[in-house]
Amino acid sequence: MKKPKIIVLRTAGTNCDKETASAFKMAGGEPELVHINELVRDEKFLKDYQILAIPGGFTYGDDIASGKILANEIKYKLNKDLKNFINSGKLIIGICNGFQVLVKAGILPGINSGAMEATFSFNDSGSFIDKWVYLRTTNDERRTTKCVWTENIKETIYLPIAHGEGKFIPKDKDVLNNLRKNAQIVFRYADNPNGSIDDIAGICDTTGRVLGMMPHPERHVIGTQHPRWTREGLKEFGDGFAIFKNGVDYIKEKL
Amino acid sequence: MEWKIEIRNKKGVFDPLGNGIKKDIRDLGIKGVKKVNVSHVFIISGDIARPDIERIAGELLADPITEEYIINNERRATSDERRIVEIAYNPGVMDPVEESTRKAIRDMGIYGVKSLRTERKYLVDGKITEGDFKSICEKLLYNKVIQHVVRAPSFAKATEARQASGYKFKLIIVDMLGADDKRLIKISKDGQLFLNLKEMQEIKKYFKKLGRNPTDCELETIAQTWSEHCGHKTFRGIIEYKEEGKTKIIDNLLKNTIMKVTNELKKPWCVSVFKDNAGIIRFDEDDNICFKVETHNHPSALEPYGGSGTGIGGVIRDILGVGLAAKPIMNTDIFCFGLPDTAHKKVPKGMLHPKRVMKGVVSGVRDYGNRMGIPTANGAVLFDERYIGNPLVYCGTVGIMPKDKSFKSSKSGELIVVAGGRTGRDGIHGATFSSGELTHESETVSSGAVQIGNPITEKKLTDTLLKGRDKNLYTAITDCGAGGFSSAVGEMGQYLGAEVDLEKAPLKYQGLSYTEIWISEAQERMVLSVPRENLKELMDIFKKEDVEAVVIGCFTSNNRLKLRYNGSVVCDLDMGFLHDGIPRFERKAIWARPAYKECENKGKENFTGDLLKILSSWNVCSKEWIIRQYDHEVQGQSVLKPLVGIKNDGPGDASIIRPKFNSKKGIIISNGINPRFGLIDPYWMAASCIDEALRQVIAVGGSLKRTALLDNFCWGNTDKPDRLGSLVRASFGCYDIAKAYGVPFISGKDSLNNEYSVHGESISIPGTLLISAISVMDDVTKAVTMDLKEKGNLIYVIGETKNEMGGSHYNLINNCVGNNAPTVDAKAGLKIFNRMSEATELGLLRACHDLSEGGMAVALAEMAFSGGNGADAELDNIPCDVKKDGVILFSESNTRFIVEVRKADKKAFEKLMKGIPIGLIGEVSGKKYLRVYGVGGKKIIDIGIDKLKEAWQKPLR
Repeated sequence: MKKPKIIVLRTAGTNCDKETASAFKMAGGEPELVHINELVRDEKFLKDYQILAIPGGFTYGDDIASGKILANEIKYKLNKDLKNFINSGKLIIGICNGFQVLVKAGILPGINSGAMEATFSFNDSGSFIDKWVYLRTTNDERRTTKCVWTENIKETIYLPIAHGEGKFIPKDKDVLNNLRKNAQIVFRYADNPNGSIDDIAGICDTTGRVLGMMPHPERHVIGTQHPRWTREGLKEFGDGFAIFKNGVDYIKEKL
Repeated sequence: MEWKIEIRNKKGVFDPLGNGIKKDIRDLGIKGVKKVNVSHVFIISGDIARPDIERIAGELLADPITEEYIINNERRATSDERRIVEIAYNPGVMDPVEESTRKAIRDMGIYGVKSLRTERKYLVDGKITEGDFKSICEKLLYNKVIQHVVRAPSFAKATEARQASGYKFKLIIVDMLGADDKRLIKISKDGQLFLNLKEMQEIKKYFKKLGRNPTDCELETIAQTWSEHCGHKTFRGIIEYKEEGKTKIIDNLLKNTIMKVTNELKKPWCVSVFKDNAGIIRFDEDDNICFKVETHNHPSALEPYGGSGTGIGGVIRDILGVGLAAKPIMNTDIFCFGLPDTAHKKVPKGMLHPKRVMKGVVSGVRDYGNRMGIPTANGAVLFDERYIGNPLVYCGTVGIMPKDKSFKSSKSGELIVVAGGRTGRDGIHGATFSSGELTHESETVSSGAVQIGNPITEKKLTDTLLKGRDKNLYTAITDCGAGGFSSAVGEMGQYLGAEVDLEKAPLKYQGLSYTEIWISEAQERMVLSVPRENLKELMDIFKKEDVEAVVIGCFTSNNRLKLRYNGSVVCDLDMGFLHDGIPRFERKAIWARPAYKECENKGKENFTGDLLKILSSWNVCSKEWIIRQYDHEVQGQSVLKPLVGIKNDGPGDASIIRPKFNSKKGIIISNGINPRFGLIDPYWMAASCIDEALRQVIAVGGSLKRTALLDNFCWGNTDKPDRLGSLVRASFGCYDIAKAYGVPFISGKDSLNNEYSVHGESISIPGTLLISAISVMDDVTKAVTMDLKEKGNLIYVIGETKNEMGGSHYNLINNCVGNNAPTVDAKAGLKIFNRMSEATELGLLRACHDLSEGGMAVALAEMAFSGGNGADAELDNIPCDVKKDGVILFSESNTRFIVEVRKADKKAFEKLMKGIPIGLIGEVSGKKYLRVYGVGGKKIIDIGIDKLKEAWQKPLR
């Protein structure tokens, strides 16, 4: 069958676009880097793709707050297209800054679509941090998650974080309880590096097709990216690869 | 209508920013502060009604979950318990948030914003005196070079009024023809031209021939082109050098040392050297790589955050401006600061405390580098009290480019296009400013030279330029660095001629004179030479991603630099005179060997305490606090990260990146620097720096086969013969050792005049040479890290240890310098390096660490605690010319390594190393102790590896 088409959305300050595209390519997809202006100016169309990836970076400098200005732009300029995209059964992944954008645009957690139900704040340490972290993928609630991106993933995976505003804060207890109840919390930090509530590192929406995560799976798709491969031996794939593979395979099967 | 929106945290929300400031206040020695709150203030003026302002504040500016907003709030009163201050940028200083916020407001469908400014508001709670508060403000909260305290609401209007007032053209003529020598010197000094009398006389002569006086713009253009910063006139001048009674005339030091190595070695893989913005070497069949390291010392001294940020921004543009532009793929940063524990009262007048300089520099590099999406994967930080008035900030960038994009050539008739940031009053006189000494008045006189960068503008520019490059839409490109348009257009048109209409340059605000436009060093601008038929396609690429670009002139064929402002000619110079008219520098240099007191080294029996002390010394201790603030793996290419080992926190020797996912080829970057050796002998300092950079390449598994060097000299005022003498001697060292190792220099830089003078007395930095190495590695999967891996493996020391304690860290902690600095035996060294490369190629090394500061003892300790594996070692077997424990442990002799080898590989390894001085010293014990037995078998070091690690991590945690 045809390769799934992935739109890797760029704008001023996006900087993990190329490696995200490479990861999707490795997984069998056909990624394309598209500037948001091309969508806003109707030169390209969201509907022509099956997966939307919002990669990491410092969109618009993360001025005002991380991801805020792109979230604002998406909300005002692409809202309808994006809703159609989600409703037609397609996939979205937001990594790091992309996760912040999805949350600030009200797309995640998506319980009360459109309104901001969670946010990100500065790491408790007060500064940017680049560090490898272990993530627990079995949710504490012992519920089966609908998330298509994390299907059959290992119980613990190892990925790097690189962010200054990574502290995930749900709006209130209800939002957090819903996240738990719906098994939307798909990644938790084994050793919380930033003060995130409930150790949350990544969540999906209620459909399981929209994923946001602070750690960078695209930075661990090949063996030499692991910080200790010289000690522990060189593996062909990194832990992040499975996430991209899941996304691409889902589209191949379902759409 | 002007609206003032204050955004502050909701009650109960943890504020790490305020918390950090509280901690910094405590570090200042001020007690009694209970809490610090920081809020952001947006001042928006224009035709906007209240409901829209509410929307802007509520939906965009304030986070609905953690923050709240207040509109046009009356200022709360300051009391003894609460002090409030608002800080704003000075007029003309770039505020990056302005542009992006205005865009976001437009996205919301609100179009009436006329101006937008931001401020920061600090609320300091607690019982402190007015004096303490003043001290907090000045030492922590703002820097008067770029910011001010908002005193009255009317300030804003004053600023706008000033910026709005247009510029009225008036051609300024400088009377040179009628000026005597005294007057010429005064013209140079008053205009901050930093030209000497001889140069001024030469300029006068030129204009006398023309029968007219120069315009201010012409004089500025010449001053910039002839500045030390741009012209490297010391290195290219004539030097009369005296050493031990002998005199030697050196005609062009650069050609006779650094460049000579490259010319004589004639490496076929050197693509472009010493010509372009960066040196270029071959990477693989399709691509070349390039490397450049720059300094940004003086701006970083005055405004550490902006200075270092624009430093990294500048060197990235160097890479964008090499050939037809390369893609930046890695950064490296090396800093030299005063001692962080310096008493506040000992900081010279007009200077910032070293700790503040350090924090500012690190966050400047962090915010710029991270936003650019370039991994900062390698670096070093050094401390010495002599850097207190003049810190050093070296910023380096590596780039990759298709082979056929490595050269540029603009042609006459092509258009001059400027793209990226707008031109403002920032950065005026940077090139000339960095060519003089810093004084306590620098902060007021030269503050225009300091700027705040906007990395997102540069990121957009990078993205679009590379697209234009790949479509072959321009024929030449260069960055606007020091000297602004003057330097960029002047260089590109050097052999053609150029005409520019200055009023066409987009400005940040009105009011700039034609000369200010021409020499402004505003950041994030590139100049391109574009064939007319390609203009539209190129402009479309820029437009698509919101990058501003305009045509400001064209290249001609008359060898003249002609500038107009709304039609009036303001500069008309002969390119030949501009670039070649500079009188040769003639300088005297002298070097005399200093004599230091020898260190006393009485029969010590236990060295555990010394080892701990060296591990905790500023230069050796862990820099993890800095490294983790940098995104060192964006782009996903890192193979060896700066921190390695079982807990990812050990000090790696060099970084490796793999620029292509589908190829095993990699790039190794390393740096050698050790000013302490230079105190004794700059020649051996240079030799040691080269050896250090190379042995780091070897230590991670590289080879000398395709390794190239960059030199970067930061020196004191070389008008003084002793300073220049040591520079000359260091250059000799560079030639001899690089030649003997067979590694060419491909690019370099010098920053002279790194002195700080106060009340007529100068503090010079120690002459500091940075040698950076770039090496192509064929197979990155053969890389080796320095952490001890498995219990039972053998530990060897490779290379000969000599009685070379001069400048060592052992001497430093014992408060002396010594006289026998480490030397380099490059013939023996070459053999060691090559054999080590074979060993990694054969997979014989489980770990490898180079021996540098702190010698063998520190290296072994680092390997042990990084690997979480203790070791037992004996000094008896170490190849050494003097059997003294202190020397064997701590001498910093060059070309040495410690390696870990599996027992099964013992034979193969020892056979390979035949003829090379090696010593089997012990094995990985797998226990949590490091035990070392001295000559004769007595235990001289015995300590837990956790304690070693703690000593190493504690100082800069």
